[in-house]
Amino acid sequence: MIAETGLASLWLAAGLAAYQLVLMILALRSRVEVARSIRAVAVAQGILTLIAFAALLIVFARTDLSVTLVAANSHSAKPFVYKVAGAWGNHEGSMLMWVTILAVAGAFLGTFSPRTSAMTLVAALGAQAALALGFYGFLLIASNPFARLNPAPIEGQGLNPLLQDPGLAFHPPTLYLGYVGLSIAFSLAVGALLTGEVDSRLGRAMRPWVLGAWVLLTLGITAGSYWAYYELGWGGYWFWDPVENASLMPWLAGTALLHSVNVLAARGALKAWTMMLAVIAFSMSMVGTFLVRSGILTSVHAFAIDPQRGAFLLALLGIYVGAALVLFAWRGANLKEGAPFELVSRETGLVINNLLLSVVLGVVFLGTLYPLLVEAVSGEKLSVGAPYFNAVAGPLALLLAVLVGIGPLIAWRRERRPVFKQLRIPLLLGVTALAVTVILAPRMGILPRLGLTAAAYLAAAAILPLTRRNPLRTPLATWGMVVAHFGIAVALAGMAANAAFTSERLVVAKPGETISVGPWLVQLQEVTPTAGKNWTGMEAQLIATRGHGPITLKPQTRYFTSPPAETNEAAIDTFWNGQLYTVTGKPDETGAWQLRLWWKPFVTLIWLGGALIGLGGAIALFGRIWRRRRREPEWRRGYA
Amino acid sequence: MKPKNQRLILVIAALVALVVAVLLGMWGLRDKASYFFTPADIAAGKAQQDRAVRLGGMVERGSIQRQRDGVTIRFVLTDGQAATPVVYRGITPDLFREGSGAVAEGRLQGGTFIADTILAKHDERYMPPELGNLAAEHKAGKTLQR
Repeated sequence: MIAETGLASLWLAAGLAAYQLVLMILALRSRVEVARSIRAVAVAQGILTLIAFAALLIVFARTDLSVTLVAANSHSAKPFVYKVAGAWGNHEGSMLMWVTILAVAGAFLGTFSPRTSAMTLVAALGAQAALALGFYGFLLIASNPFARLNPAPIEGQGLNPLLQDPGLAFHPPTLYLGYVGLSIAFSLAVGALLTGEVDSRLGRAMRPWVLGAWVLLTLGITAGSYWAYYELGWGGYWFWDPVENASLMPWLAGTALLHSVNVLAARGALKAWTMMLAVIAFSMSMVGTFLVRSGILTSVHAFAIDPQRGAFLLALLGIYVGAALVLFAWRGANLKEGAPFELVSRETGLVINNLLLSVVLGVVFLGTLYPLLVEAVSGEKLSVGAPYFNAVAGPLALLLAVLVGIGPLIAWRRERRPVFKQLRIPLLLGVTALAVTVILAPRMGILPRLGLTAAAYLAAAAILPLTRRNPLRTPLATWGMVVAHFGIAVALAGMAANAAFTSERLVVAKPGETISVGPWLVQLQEVTPTAGKNWTGMEAQLIATRGHGPITLKPQTRYFTSPPAETNEAAIDTFWNGQLYTVTGKPDETGAWQLRLWWKPFVTLIWLGGALIGLGGAIALFGRIWRRRRREPEWRRGYA
Repeated sequence: MKPKNQRLILVIAALVALVVAVLLGMWGLRDKASYFFTPADIAAGKAQQDRAVRLGGMVERGSIQRQRDGVTIRFVLTDGQAATPVVYRGITPDLFREGSGAVAEGRLQGGTFIADTILAKHDERYMPPELGNLAAEHKAGKTLQR
């Protein structure tokens, strides 16, 4: 019954989305007054998808094996949390989650966006409905999550044990919220292009959505990176895997959009530019979804292999992106001129930021899709990995880091003062860092060395906008910017330190033997069998010392039975100045065990930096919303 | 700057950025993309020496030998037509077994493949697409032999 309720809600929601689209067309063609009804429809649609998603959670929580999806992806012996999280750990469930977020975001747009003109809001809600309609079609035709299985099997087929991890519970939903949050920017851009009302009001309406989506994407990528780091046991934090790139591309486009939407909101400039970026940002979200969900990738993350679905998603992607670009070509040229600005101005700085981010996005996009294109055209198989991305995107990222320090110091519209005077201390710090690394570590690679230099410079430059200001009177948005830019310096320092200073040992050790790695002495005590709720395993006991008291680490190898699989559980200990990372391998005939040990100085700064970047965005978002509440009392009542 | 000029300059800047991205990407891809080969390709001399490439096949039964140091292994990857010896130093991934599929990333030196990374069949259901066909062909070949 519950599964049928979910399916019925989905059909109803699809019907409402179609109705919402019709209302929008009526309003645009014959100026019928639909603002109130279209908003009510959007809210109803959001509620119906929530019911459908709740139904899916319930069948998974109960392990209702008469539902095909549950039988294929769950197991009665699985811990409860992972039963529930399993609801979105598969293709159909994650697509339902995607469309639920899309519809709920539409409902929120209908409830809280009094800033745009009524007509643009109606058009945006219509665009959002058109997006949702395609994905309802995809779910109902090609990926029904509520299909029944008759007869029901006695036991489910489990879930990949690699995915039985707290990371799974939060990582995909966070990313999806970010992906789909960008859909609102897309719909607002499409709506504004339809009505021709691209102005600073639209910029201010779009900004919180972009900020919110961007914060979630940032946190999602950061968490995903840490998940891969401790779960895969390879000691790396970013593999340039296509699935990782699938989340990086919307983030890059979203970062560019975040900066240009500020120009639109504050100055009414960069109109067509911002609309284009809004279209590109959500297009990248759809490209990401297509890459992950169509299963066309050679990748540790891509679990589904189903070409039919891929074709459906590709068609949706083509229709939406194509339609938006046609609309842009048709209406973009007719937009009123934006407010003018001089060559040396904050606007120019942000244009350069946008251009650099777009180039990075372009090369990541090319590198990610090139193997697929080549294989489709010539049948040749190839892969593009870290050597390409580091060589091409690394220098651009460093250049961007240098410019991040300068941009916020330049005034809007026109800057007459010499800005470089303010940068004396940061530049001095950068040069000092460069000199110190040259003297102390002459053999360091060029990218890590420049990374440390840029990080030292940016850490100081990022906080300059706060100097000579009363910190209590500084707007929260400025605080947010400073925290986020400082976070870039922190993350950069972590990446460079990890690349430059990591020590690694790969050895075979018998119990009692001691291995040195970096400043640590690690002794293998013993290897003992161990077991969990649905796995058995071998656990090594390691005692690590460095001058003071010993620390115990227990890396494991786990064997799962349903489905049969083996995972390495790394044991990681965190200190203020780095992490000790240990992994066990296999035994040999003499009873010696393979061990892989890393000492990674300051590696934690990578994720700390990512968290700071997200926190900065959250502070800015909070500041914007809070100010809006104080200044516009009608916002509290909603829009009548 | 006049607004009209400003728009023109912005359009030109965007186009330049696009061109730069494409040129940069093509330059990087020309010598940094790594091609995928099977042991038969290697036997036919299709793979360049000392360039980052990937080699995929089935791990031949009875071929995994652990070296003295305990962390280096030698094994043979085969596609039913030819076989390539592989050397790898490191902990082999979960599910790296004799008789199952694996992809090695590394470079060819002489007739031996020096692997930096090994990717194995990930779980019972997932397999790198490159190996999907290979496994099917391998099975078909075996059935014929019988």
